[in-house]
Amino acid sequence: MINFQYARANDVADAVRLIAAEPSAKFIAGGTNLIDLMKEDVERPTRLIDITRLPLKTVEETASGGLRIGALVPNSDLAYHPLIELRYPVLSSAILAGASQQLRNMASTGGNLLQRTRCAYFYDTVTPCNKRQPGSGCSAIDGINRGHAILGTSEACIATHPSDMCVALAALEASVHVTGPAGDRTIAIGDFHRLPGDTPQRDTNLGRDEIITAIELPAKGFAKNYSYLKIRDRLSYAFALVSVAVGLEMDGDTIRQARFALGGVAHKPWRKLEAEATLNGQTASADSFNRAADLLLRNAKGFAHNTFKIELARRATVRALTQAARGTPQSQSNKKIA
Amino acid sequence: MAQESTGQRTEHLIAVPDKISVTMTVNRVETRISVAPWTTLLDALRDRLDLTGTKKGCDHGQCGACTVLIDGRRVNSCLTLAVMKDGAEVTTIEGLATNGALHPLQQAFIDHDAFQCGYCTPGQICSAVGLIAEGKAKSDDEIRELMSGNICRCAAYPNIVAAIRQVMGGTS
Repeated sequence: MINFQYARANDVADAVRLIAAEPSAKFIAGGTNLIDLMKEDVERPTRLIDITRLPLKTVEETASGGLRIGALVPNSDLAYHPLIELRYPVLSSAILAGASQQLRNMASTGGNLLQRTRCAYFYDTVTPCNKRQPGSGCSAIDGINRGHAILGTSEACIATHPSDMCVALAALEASVHVTGPAGDRTIAIGDFHRLPGDTPQRDTNLGRDEIITAIELPAKGFAKNYSYLKIRDRLSYAFALVSVAVGLEMDGDTIRQARFALGGVAHKPWRKLEAEATLNGQTASADSFNRAADLLLRNAKGFAHNTFKIELARRATVRALTQAARGTPQSQSNKKIA
Repeated sequence: MAQESTGQRTEHLIAVPDKISVTMTVNRVETRISVAPWTTLLDALRDRLDLTGTKKGCDHGQCGACTVLIDGRRVNSCLTLAVMKDGAEVTTIEGLATNGALHPLQQAFIDHDAFQCGYCTPGQICSAVGLIAEGKAKSDDEIRELMSGNICRCAAYPNIVAAIRQVMGGTS
Protein backbone atom coordinates (compact mmCIF):
# COMPACT_ATOMS: atom_id res chain seq x y z
CA MET A 1 0.00 0.00 0.00
CA ILE A 2 1.13 3.58 -0.69
CA ASN A 3 2.21 5.93 2.06
CA PHE A 4 -0.37 8.36 3.34
CA GLN A 5 -0.97 10.70 6.25
CA TYR A 6 -3.64 10.09 8.87
CA ALA A 7 -5.94 12.50 10.66
CA ARG A 8 -8.84 11.96 12.99
CA ALA A 9 -11.91 14.18 12.69
CA ASN A 10 -13.52 15.26 15.96
CA ASP A 11 -16.87 16.43 14.61
CA VAL A 12 -18.64 16.93 11.28
CA ALA A 13 -17.39 20.51 10.87
CA ASP A 14 -13.85 19.33 11.53
CA ALA A 15 -14.24 16.56 8.92
CA VAL A 16 -15.49 19.02 6.29
CA ARG A 17 -12.67 21.45 7.09
CA LEU A 18 -10.05 18.69 6.76
CA ILE A 19 -11.37 17.34 3.45
CA ALA A 20 -11.79 20.83 1.97
CA ALA A 21 -8.18 21.65 2.83
CA GLU A 22 -6.65 18.72 0.95
CA PRO A 23 -8.04 17.80 -2.49
CA SER A 24 -6.44 14.35 -2.54
CA ALA A 25 -7.55 13.35 0.96
CA LYS A 26 -10.34 10.85 1.55
CA PHE A 27 -12.64 9.99 4.39
CA ILE A 28 -12.40 6.53 5.88
CA ALA A 29 -15.08 4.78 7.94
CA GLY A 30 -15.40 0.98 7.60
CA GLY A 31 -12.62 0.89 5.03
CA THR A 32 -13.88 -2.35 3.48
CA ASN A 33 -13.76 -0.98 -0.06
CA LEU A 34 -11.25 1.86 0.23
CA ILE A 35 -8.44 -0.15 1.88
CA ASP A 36 -8.89 -2.86 -0.73
CA LEU A 37 -8.68 -0.32 -3.56
CA MET A 38 -5.61 1.24 -1.97
CA LYS A 39 -3.92 -2.16 -1.82
CA GLU A 40 -4.72 -2.53 -5.53
CA ASP A 41 -3.23 0.92 -6.24
CA VAL A 42 -6.56 2.09 -7.65
CA GLU A 43 -7.15 4.68 -4.92
CA ARG A 44 -4.16 6.82 -3.95
CA PRO A 45 -5.20 9.30 -1.26
CA THR A 46 -2.49 11.44 0.33
CA ARG A 47 -4.35 11.48 3.62
CA LEU A 48 -7.08 9.45 5.24
CA ILE A 49 -9.45 11.34 7.48
CA ASP A 50 -10.83 8.95 10.07
CA ILE A 51 -14.49 9.79 10.69
CA THR A 52 -15.34 6.77 12.84
CA ARG A 53 -15.45 8.84 16.04
CA LEU A 54 -18.14 11.21 14.74
CA PRO A 55 -21.53 11.03 16.49
CA LEU A 56 -23.42 9.57 13.51
CA LYS A 57 -24.25 6.16 14.93
CA THR A 58 -27.91 6.35 15.92
CA VAL A 59 -31.21 5.42 14.28
CA GLU A 60 -33.86 7.99 15.18
CA GLU A 61 -37.55 8.37 14.42
CA THR A 62 -38.46 11.45 12.39
CA ALA A 63 -41.46 13.73 12.89
CA SER A 64 -42.94 12.47 9.61
CA GLY A 65 -42.99 8.86 10.79
CA GLY A 66 -39.80 7.76 9.09
CA LEU A 67 -36.32 6.97 10.34
CA ARG A 68 -33.07 8.88 10.20
CA ILE A 69 -30.10 6.51 10.05
CA GLY A 70 -26.72 7.90 11.06
CA ALA A 71 -24.10 7.50 8.33
CA LEU A 72 -21.82 5.49 10.62
CA VAL A 73 -24.36 2.86 11.67
CA PRO A 74 -22.72 -0.45 10.69
CA ASN A 75 -24.53 -2.44 7.99
CA SER A 76 -25.08 -5.38 10.36
CA ASP A 77 -26.58 -3.20 13.10
CA LEU A 78 -28.88 -1.62 10.56
CA ALA A 79 -30.03 -4.96 9.15
CA TYR A 80 -30.88 -6.24 12.63
CA HIS A 81 -32.28 -2.99 14.03
CA PRO A 82 -35.75 -3.76 15.45
CA LEU A 83 -37.40 -0.79 13.69
CA ILE A 84 -35.80 -1.69 10.34
CA GLU A 85 -36.85 -5.33 10.67
CA LEU A 86 -40.37 -4.26 11.64
CA ARG A 87 -41.05 -1.38 9.26
CA TYR A 88 -38.53 -1.76 6.40
CA PRO A 89 -37.85 -5.50 6.11
CA VAL A 90 -36.87 -5.15 2.44
CA LEU A 91 -33.91 -3.04 3.57
CA SER A 92 -32.93 -5.54 6.22
CA SER A 93 -33.15 -8.36 3.68
CA ALA A 94 -31.12 -6.51 1.05
CA ILE A 95 -28.32 -5.72 3.50
CA LEU A 96 -28.14 -9.35 4.64
CA ALA A 97 -27.95 -10.46 0.99
CA GLY A 98 -24.68 -8.57 0.57
CA ALA A 99 -21.08 -9.25 1.63
CA SER A 100 -20.25 -11.35 4.73
CA GLN A 101 -21.08 -10.76 8.36
CA GLN A 102 -17.49 -9.62 9.03
CA LEU A 103 -17.74 -6.99 6.29
CA ARG A 104 -21.23 -5.94 7.39
CA ASN A 105 -19.88 -5.45 10.92
CA MET A 106 -17.25 -3.06 9.54
CA ALA A 107 -19.05 -1.30 6.68
CA SER A 108 -20.93 1.93 7.39
CA THR A 109 -24.30 2.96 5.98
CA GLY A 110 -22.81 6.02 4.28
CA GLY A 111 -19.86 4.06 2.94
CA ASN A 112 -22.17 1.48 1.39
CA LEU A 113 -23.53 4.24 -0.88
CA LEU A 114 -19.99 5.13 -1.95
CA GLN A 115 -18.82 1.65 -2.91
CA ARG A 116 -17.04 1.66 -6.22
CA THR A 117 -17.72 -0.78 -9.02
CA ARG A 118 -16.24 -4.28 -8.93
CA CYS A 119 -15.54 -4.20 -12.68
CA ALA A 120 -12.35 -6.24 -13.02
CA TYR A 121 -10.84 -3.70 -15.40
CA PHE A 122 -11.38 -0.90 -12.89
CA TYR A 123 -9.30 -2.96 -10.46
CA ASP A 124 -6.66 -3.93 -13.01
CA THR A 125 -4.34 -0.93 -13.25
CA VAL A 126 -2.57 -2.17 -16.39
CA THR A 127 -5.74 -2.02 -18.52
CA PRO A 128 -7.51 1.10 -19.80
CA CYS A 129 -10.52 2.21 -17.73
CA ASN A 130 -12.34 5.51 -18.08
CA LYS A 131 -13.55 5.37 -14.50
CA ARG A 132 -10.04 4.92 -13.11
CA GLN A 133 -8.23 7.04 -15.68
CA PRO A 134 -10.59 9.28 -17.67
CA GLY A 135 -9.99 9.17 -21.39
CA SER A 136 -8.02 5.93 -21.38
CA GLY A 137 -10.89 3.86 -22.81
CA CYS A 138 -13.21 1.09 -21.61
CA SER A 139 -11.76 -2.41 -21.59
CA ALA A 140 -15.06 -4.02 -20.64
CA ILE A 141 -17.12 -3.04 -23.70
CA ASP A 142 -15.15 -5.45 -25.90
CA GLY A 143 -13.75 -7.51 -23.04
CA ILE A 144 -15.13 -9.99 -20.53
CA ASN A 145 -18.40 -8.30 -19.65
CA ARG A 146 -20.56 -11.05 -18.18
CA GLY A 147 -21.16 -9.11 -14.97
CA HIS A 148 -21.66 -5.72 -16.57
CA ALA A 149 -24.55 -3.36 -17.10
CA ILE A 150 -27.46 -3.75 -19.50
CA LEU A 151 -29.24 -0.47 -18.76
CA GLY A 152 -28.08 3.14 -18.81
CA THR A 153 -24.65 2.31 -20.23
CA SER A 154 -22.52 4.70 -22.26
CA GLU A 155 -19.70 4.31 -24.73
CA ALA A 156 -17.36 5.30 -21.92
CA CYS A 157 -18.42 2.79 -19.26
CA ILE A 158 -20.62 -0.26 -18.70
CA ALA A 159 -19.83 -0.78 -15.00
CA THR A 160 -22.47 -1.65 -12.41
CA HIS A 161 -23.00 -0.34 -8.91
CA PRO A 162 -22.34 -3.25 -6.53
CA SER A 163 -24.55 -2.40 -3.56
CA ASP A 164 -27.55 -4.45 -2.44
CA MET A 165 -28.54 -1.97 0.26
CA CYS A 166 -28.89 0.86 -2.25
CA VAL A 167 -31.34 -1.15 -4.36
CA ALA A 168 -33.71 -1.34 -1.39
CA LEU A 169 -33.09 2.33 -0.56
CA ALA A 170 -34.10 3.19 -4.14
CA ALA A 171 -37.37 1.27 -3.82
CA LEU A 172 -38.02 2.96 -0.47
CA GLU A 173 -37.26 6.42 -1.90
CA ALA A 174 -34.73 7.22 0.81
CA SER A 175 -32.89 10.53 0.92
CA VAL A 176 -29.28 11.27 1.71
CA HIS A 177 -28.32 14.07 4.11
CA VAL A 178 -24.93 15.64 3.42
CA THR A 179 -22.90 18.48 4.87
CA GLY A 180 -20.27 20.55 3.07
CA PRO A 181 -18.54 23.91 3.37
CA ALA A 182 -21.73 25.59 2.08
CA GLY A 183 -23.91 23.88 4.68
CA ASP A 184 -26.39 21.00 4.68
CA ARG A 185 -28.41 19.64 1.77
CA THR A 186 -30.54 16.60 1.02
CA ILE A 187 -30.22 14.46 -2.10
CA ALA A 188 -32.94 12.01 -3.18
CA ILE A 189 -31.49 8.51 -3.50
CA GLY A 190 -32.52 8.46 -7.17
CA ASP A 191 -30.36 11.53 -7.78
CA PHE A 192 -27.46 10.41 -5.64
CA HIS A 193 -25.80 7.91 -7.99
CA ARG A 194 -25.07 8.88 -11.57
CA LEU A 195 -25.22 7.17 -14.92
CA PRO A 196 -21.75 6.94 -16.48
CA GLY A 197 -22.31 9.21 -19.50
CA ASP A 198 -18.98 10.69 -20.49
CA THR A 199 -17.87 11.20 -16.87
CA PRO A 200 -17.78 7.65 -15.46
CA GLN A 201 -15.08 8.73 -12.99
CA ARG A 202 -17.88 10.36 -10.99
CA ASP A 203 -20.02 7.73 -9.31
CA THR A 204 -22.26 10.11 -7.37
CA ASN A 205 -23.41 13.71 -7.09
CA LEU A 206 -21.81 14.08 -3.68
CA GLY A 207 -19.37 16.99 -3.69
CA ARG A 208 -15.73 16.19 -3.13
CA ASP A 209 -15.77 18.23 0.06
CA GLU A 210 -19.11 16.94 1.34
CA ILE A 211 -19.76 14.25 3.93
CA ILE A 212 -22.81 11.99 4.23
CA THR A 213 -24.30 12.43 7.69
CA ALA A 214 -27.52 10.39 7.48
CA ILE A 215 -29.92 8.39 5.32
CA GLU A 216 -33.58 9.16 5.85
CA LEU A 217 -36.40 6.71 5.20
CA PRO A 218 -39.91 8.02 4.58
CA ALA A 219 -42.77 6.56 6.62
CA LYS A 220 -43.90 4.07 3.99
CA GLY A 221 -41.93 0.85 4.42
CA PHE A 222 -44.00 -1.80 2.54
CA ALA A 223 -43.55 -4.12 5.53
CA LYS A 224 -46.30 -6.56 4.54
CA ASN A 225 -45.61 -7.10 0.87
CA TYR A 226 -41.95 -6.99 -0.08
CA SER A 227 -39.10 -9.13 -1.33
CA TYR A 228 -35.40 -8.82 -2.08
CA LEU A 229 -34.39 -11.44 -4.61
CA LYS A 230 -30.72 -11.70 -5.51
CA ILE A 231 -29.38 -13.95 -8.27
CA ARG A 232 -25.64 -14.65 -8.18
CA ASP A 233 -23.06 -17.25 -9.13
CA ARG A 234 -22.70 -18.62 -5.58
CA LEU A 235 -25.34 -19.14 -2.90
CA SER A 236 -23.75 -16.52 -0.69
CA TYR A 237 -21.01 -13.89 -0.59
CA ALA A 238 -21.05 -12.89 -4.25
CA PHE A 239 -22.11 -9.75 -6.06
CA ALA A 240 -25.45 -9.81 -7.84
CA LEU A 241 -25.80 -10.75 -11.46
CA VAL A 242 -29.28 -9.36 -11.01
CA SER A 243 -31.19 -8.37 -7.90
CA VAL A 244 -34.68 -6.98 -7.36
CA ALA A 245 -36.12 -5.03 -4.44
CA VAL A 246 -39.92 -4.89 -4.38
CA GLY A 247 -42.40 -3.09 -2.15
CA LEU A 248 -46.13 -3.36 -2.78
CA GLU A 249 -49.07 -1.72 -1.08
CA MET A 250 -51.94 -4.16 -1.48
CA ASP A 251 -55.69 -4.01 -0.95
CA GLY A 252 -56.73 -7.63 -1.21
CA ASP A 253 -55.48 -8.73 -4.62
CA THR A 254 -55.34 -5.18 -5.91
CA ILE A 255 -52.08 -3.29 -6.02
CA ARG A 256 -52.46 0.23 -4.65
CA GLN A 257 -48.84 1.18 -5.14
CA ALA A 258 -45.83 -0.65 -6.55
CA ARG A 259 -42.16 0.11 -6.17
CA PHE A 260 -39.35 -1.97 -7.60
CA ALA A 261 -35.69 -1.46 -8.36
CA LEU A 262 -33.01 -3.58 -10.01
CA GLY A 263 -29.43 -4.10 -8.85
CA GLY A 264 -26.47 -5.49 -10.78
CA VAL A 265 -27.71 -4.13 -14.10
CA ALA A 266 -26.68 -0.48 -14.19
CA HIS A 267 -24.35 2.21 -12.84
CA LYS A 268 -27.04 2.92 -10.22
CA PRO A 269 -30.06 1.15 -8.78
CA TRP A 270 -32.50 1.03 -11.68
CA ARG A 271 -36.09 2.20 -11.37
CA LYS A 272 -38.63 3.04 -14.03
CA LEU A 273 -41.64 4.94 -12.72
CA GLU A 274 -43.65 4.12 -15.85
CA ALA A 275 -43.26 0.39 -15.17
CA GLU A 276 -44.34 0.84 -11.55
CA ALA A 277 -47.34 2.97 -12.55
CA THR A 278 -48.73 0.22 -14.81
CA LEU A 279 -49.32 -1.90 -11.71
CA ASN A 280 -51.21 0.69 -9.70
CA GLY A 281 -54.85 -0.33 -9.42
CA GLN A 282 -54.18 -3.64 -11.17
CA THR A 283 -54.80 -7.12 -9.87
CA ALA A 284 -51.65 -8.95 -8.86
CA SER A 285 -51.23 -11.55 -11.61
CA ALA A 286 -48.64 -13.13 -13.86
CA ASP A 287 -49.98 -10.99 -16.72
CA SER A 288 -49.67 -7.66 -14.95
CA PHE A 289 -46.25 -8.55 -13.53
CA ASN A 290 -44.97 -9.63 -16.94
CA ARG A 291 -46.15 -6.36 -18.49
CA ALA A 292 -44.40 -4.35 -15.78
CA ALA A 293 -41.18 -6.34 -16.16
CA ASP A 294 -41.26 -5.93 -19.95
CA LEU A 295 -41.51 -2.19 -19.53
CA LEU A 296 -38.72 -2.13 -16.96
CA LEU A 297 -36.33 -3.96 -19.30
CA ARG A 298 -37.57 -2.43 -22.55
CA ASN A 299 -34.41 -0.50 -23.41
CA ALA A 300 -31.97 -3.04 -22.04
CA LYS A 301 -28.96 -3.70 -24.23
CA GLY A 302 -26.58 -6.62 -23.75
CA PHE A 303 -22.93 -7.01 -24.65
CA ALA A 304 -21.01 -10.11 -25.76
CA HIS A 305 -21.30 -12.04 -22.49
CA ASN A 306 -24.19 -10.53 -20.54
CA THR A 307 -27.21 -10.63 -22.83
CA PHE A 308 -28.58 -13.38 -20.58
CA LYS A 309 -29.09 -10.73 -17.91
CA ILE A 310 -31.98 -9.15 -19.79
CA GLU A 311 -34.21 -12.21 -19.55
CA LEU A 312 -32.82 -13.05 -16.10
CA ALA A 313 -33.74 -9.58 -14.83
CA ARG A 314 -37.18 -9.78 -16.43
CA ARG A 315 -37.94 -13.13 -14.81
CA ALA A 316 -36.41 -12.14 -11.46
CA THR A 317 -38.65 -9.07 -11.44
CA VAL A 318 -41.77 -11.15 -12.07
CA ARG A 319 -40.70 -13.64 -9.37
CA ALA A 320 -39.95 -10.96 -6.79
CA LEU A 321 -43.25 -9.20 -7.50
CA THR A 322 -45.03 -12.52 -7.06
CA GLN A 323 -43.22 -13.20 -3.77
CA ALA A 324 -44.13 -9.73 -2.52
CA ALA A 325 -47.80 -9.99 -3.54
CA ARG A 326 -48.12 -13.36 -1.79
CA GLY A 327 -46.45 -12.04 1.34
CA THR A 328 -43.74 -14.71 1.05
CA PRO A 329 -40.49 -12.74 0.71
CA GLN A 330 -37.25 -14.39 -0.39
CA SER A 331 -35.34 -15.85 2.57
CA GLN A 332 -31.66 -14.83 2.76
CA SER A 333 -30.64 -18.10 4.45
CA ASN A 334 -32.76 -20.72 2.69
CA LYS A 335 -31.88 -19.78 -0.87
CA LYS A 336 -34.50 -21.89 -2.59
CA ILE A 337 -36.50 -19.47 -4.71
CA ALA A 338 -40.20 -19.98 -4.06
CA MET B 1 -17.31 10.28 2.60
CA ALA B 2 -16.63 12.58 -0.28
CA GLN B 3 -15.10 11.13 -3.34
CA GLU B 4 -13.13 12.28 -6.29
CA SER B 5 -11.93 11.01 -9.60
CA THR B 6 -8.88 8.82 -9.28
CA GLY B 7 -7.93 10.84 -12.31
CA GLN B 8 -4.49 11.24 -13.76
CA ARG B 9 -1.69 9.20 -12.31
CA THR B 10 0.61 11.67 -10.61
CA GLU B 11 3.76 11.01 -8.71
CA HIS B 12 2.85 10.16 -5.16
CA LEU B 13 5.27 12.12 -3.06
CA ILE B 14 4.34 12.78 0.51
CA ALA B 15 6.49 13.11 3.58
CA VAL B 16 6.72 9.80 5.40
CA PRO B 17 4.58 10.44 8.46
CA ASP B 18 5.74 9.74 11.97
CA LYS B 19 4.56 6.51 13.45
CA ILE B 20 1.50 6.84 15.61
CA SER B 21 1.13 5.36 19.06
CA VAL B 22 -1.83 3.02 19.48
CA THR B 23 -2.99 1.33 22.66
CA MET B 24 -5.15 -1.75 22.32
CA THR B 25 -6.15 -4.50 24.69
CA VAL B 26 -5.03 -7.60 22.82
CA ASN B 27 -6.13 -10.91 24.33
CA ARG B 28 -6.74 -9.17 27.69
CA VAL B 29 -3.27 -7.58 27.77
CA GLU B 30 -2.89 -3.83 27.35
CA THR B 31 -0.56 -3.40 24.41
CA ARG B 32 1.06 -0.26 23.09
CA ILE B 33 2.67 -0.12 19.67
CA SER B 34 3.77 2.57 17.24
CA VAL B 35 2.51 1.99 13.72
CA ALA B 36 2.60 3.67 10.35
CA PRO B 37 -0.87 4.79 9.17
CA TRP B 38 -0.95 2.05 6.53
CA THR B 39 -0.19 -0.85 8.88
CA THR B 40 -3.19 -3.16 8.95
CA LEU B 41 -4.32 -4.72 12.21
CA LEU B 42 -3.43 -8.09 10.65
CA ASP B 43 0.17 -7.06 10.00
CA ALA B 44 0.44 -5.44 13.44
CA LEU B 45 -0.75 -8.65 15.11
CA ARG B 46 1.49 -10.94 13.12
CA ASP B 47 4.64 -8.91 12.59
CA ARG B 48 4.74 -6.65 15.62
CA LEU B 49 3.04 -8.68 18.35
CA ASP B 50 4.13 -12.10 17.09
CA LEU B 51 0.54 -13.35 17.19
CA THR B 52 0.80 -15.44 14.04
CA GLY B 53 -2.32 -17.50 14.73
CA THR B 54 -4.32 -14.99 12.70
CA LYS B 55 -3.64 -15.86 9.06
CA LYS B 56 -3.13 -13.77 5.96
CA GLY B 57 -4.98 -15.48 3.15
CA CYS B 58 -6.18 -13.18 0.39
CA ASP B 59 -5.42 -9.88 2.20
CA HIS B 60 -8.52 -8.41 0.46
CA GLY B 61 -11.42 -9.34 2.74
CA GLN B 62 -12.54 -12.22 0.59
CA CYS B 63 -11.40 -15.33 2.48
CA GLY B 64 -11.94 -14.66 6.20
CA ALA B 65 -8.64 -16.25 7.35
CA CYS B 66 -7.74 -12.98 9.10
CA THR B 67 -10.97 -12.82 11.15
CA VAL B 68 -10.53 -11.49 14.68
CA LEU B 69 -12.92 -10.02 17.23
CA ILE B 70 -12.86 -6.28 17.90
CA ASP B 71 -14.95 -5.29 20.91
CA GLY B 72 -16.60 -8.69 20.56
CA ARG B 73 -17.54 -8.33 16.87
CA ARG B 74 -15.94 -10.34 14.10
CA VAL B 75 -14.12 -8.34 11.45
CA ASN B 76 -11.53 -8.82 8.70
CA SER B 77 -8.25 -7.61 10.23
CA CYS B 78 -6.67 -7.29 6.76
CA LEU B 79 -9.02 -4.39 5.92
CA THR B 80 -8.63 -2.72 9.32
CA LEU B 81 -6.01 -0.06 9.92
CA ALA B 82 -4.35 -0.49 13.32
CA VAL B 83 -4.17 3.27 13.79
CA MET B 84 -7.97 3.46 13.73
CA LYS B 85 -8.36 0.97 16.58
CA ASP B 86 -6.80 2.96 19.40
CA GLY B 87 -8.59 1.91 22.58
CA ALA B 88 -10.15 -1.21 21.07
CA GLU B 89 -10.31 -4.66 22.62
CA VAL B 90 -8.95 -7.26 20.20
CA THR B 91 -9.30 -11.01 20.59
CA THR B 92 -7.41 -13.41 18.36
CA ILE B 93 -7.33 -17.20 18.27
CA GLU B 94 -4.52 -17.07 20.86
CA GLY B 95 -6.86 -15.34 23.31
CA LEU B 96 -9.75 -17.79 23.28
CA ALA B 97 -8.43 -20.47 25.64
CA THR B 98 -8.74 -19.71 29.34
CA ASN B 99 -6.42 -21.11 32.03
CA GLY B 100 -5.05 -23.66 29.60
CA ALA B 101 -8.48 -25.01 28.67
CA LEU B 102 -9.49 -24.82 25.03
CA HIS B 103 -12.46 -22.64 24.11
CA PRO B 104 -15.51 -24.89 23.51
CA LEU B 105 -15.34 -24.07 19.78
CA GLN B 106 -11.68 -25.09 19.60
CA GLN B 107 -12.58 -28.40 21.24
CA ALA B 108 -15.60 -28.84 18.97
CA PHE B 109 -13.48 -28.31 15.83
CA ILE B 110 -11.22 -31.14 17.09
CA ASP B 111 -14.17 -33.36 18.02
CA HIS B 112 -15.74 -32.94 14.58
CA ASP B 113 -12.52 -32.97 12.54
CA ALA B 114 -13.61 -29.59 11.20
CA PHE B 115 -10.42 -28.88 9.27
CA GLN B 116 -7.87 -30.48 7.04
CA CYS B 117 -4.91 -28.21 6.33
CA GLY B 118 -5.91 -25.86 9.16
CA TYR B 119 -5.00 -22.57 7.52
CA CYS B 120 -8.52 -21.13 7.65
CA THR B 121 -9.25 -22.58 11.11
CA PRO B 122 -8.26 -19.64 13.36
CA GLY B 123 -10.47 -17.38 11.24
CA GLN B 124 -13.29 -19.94 11.21
CA ILE B 125 -13.21 -20.28 14.99
CA CYS B 126 -13.04 -16.52 15.68
CA SER B 127 -15.87 -16.04 13.20
CA ALA B 128 -17.93 -18.74 14.93
CA VAL B 129 -17.36 -17.07 18.31
CA GLY B 130 -18.79 -13.89 16.78
CA LEU B 131 -21.65 -15.80 15.18
CA ILE B 132 -22.73 -17.36 18.47
CA ALA B 133 -22.49 -14.01 20.28
CA GLU B 134 -24.73 -12.43 17.61
CA GLY B 135 -27.40 -15.04 18.29
CA LYS B 136 -28.94 -14.80 14.81
CA ALA B 137 -28.17 -18.28 13.47
CA LYS B 138 -30.59 -21.00 14.53
CA SER B 139 -30.66 -23.50 11.67
CA ASP B 140 -27.86 -25.11 9.68
CA ASP B 141 -28.84 -22.93 6.71
CA GLU B 142 -28.41 -19.85 8.86
CA ILE B 143 -25.04 -21.06 10.18
CA ARG B 144 -23.86 -21.64 6.61
CA GLU B 145 -25.11 -18.24 5.45
CA LEU B 146 -23.61 -16.32 8.35
CA MET B 147 -20.29 -18.21 8.07
CA SER B 148 -20.04 -17.55 4.31
CA GLY B 149 -17.28 -14.99 4.89
CA ASN B 150 -14.92 -17.81 5.84
CA ILE B 151 -13.67 -19.88 2.93
CA CYS B 152 -12.32 -23.42 3.51
CA ARG B 153 -10.52 -24.65 0.41
CA CYS B 154 -10.30 -28.15 1.89
CA ALA B 155 -14.12 -27.97 2.03
CA ALA B 156 -14.55 -29.07 5.63
CA TYR B 157 -17.84 -27.18 5.67
CA PRO B 158 -20.17 -29.97 6.89
CA ASN B 159 -17.90 -30.63 9.89
CA ILE B 160 -17.51 -26.92 10.59
CA VAL B 161 -21.30 -26.57 10.73
CA ALA B 162 -21.50 -29.62 13.02
CA ALA B 163 -18.86 -28.18 15.35
CA ILE B 164 -20.61 -24.84 15.60
CA ARG B 165 -23.95 -26.58 16.06
CA GLN B 166 -22.51 -28.58 18.97
CA VAL B 167 -21.44 -25.43 20.81
CA MET B 168 -24.73 -23.69 20.08
CA GLY B 169 -26.37 -26.56 21.92
CA GLY B 170 -28.55 -27.83 19.10
CA THR B 171 -28.48 -31.14 17.29
CA SER B 172 -27.69 -31.28 13.61
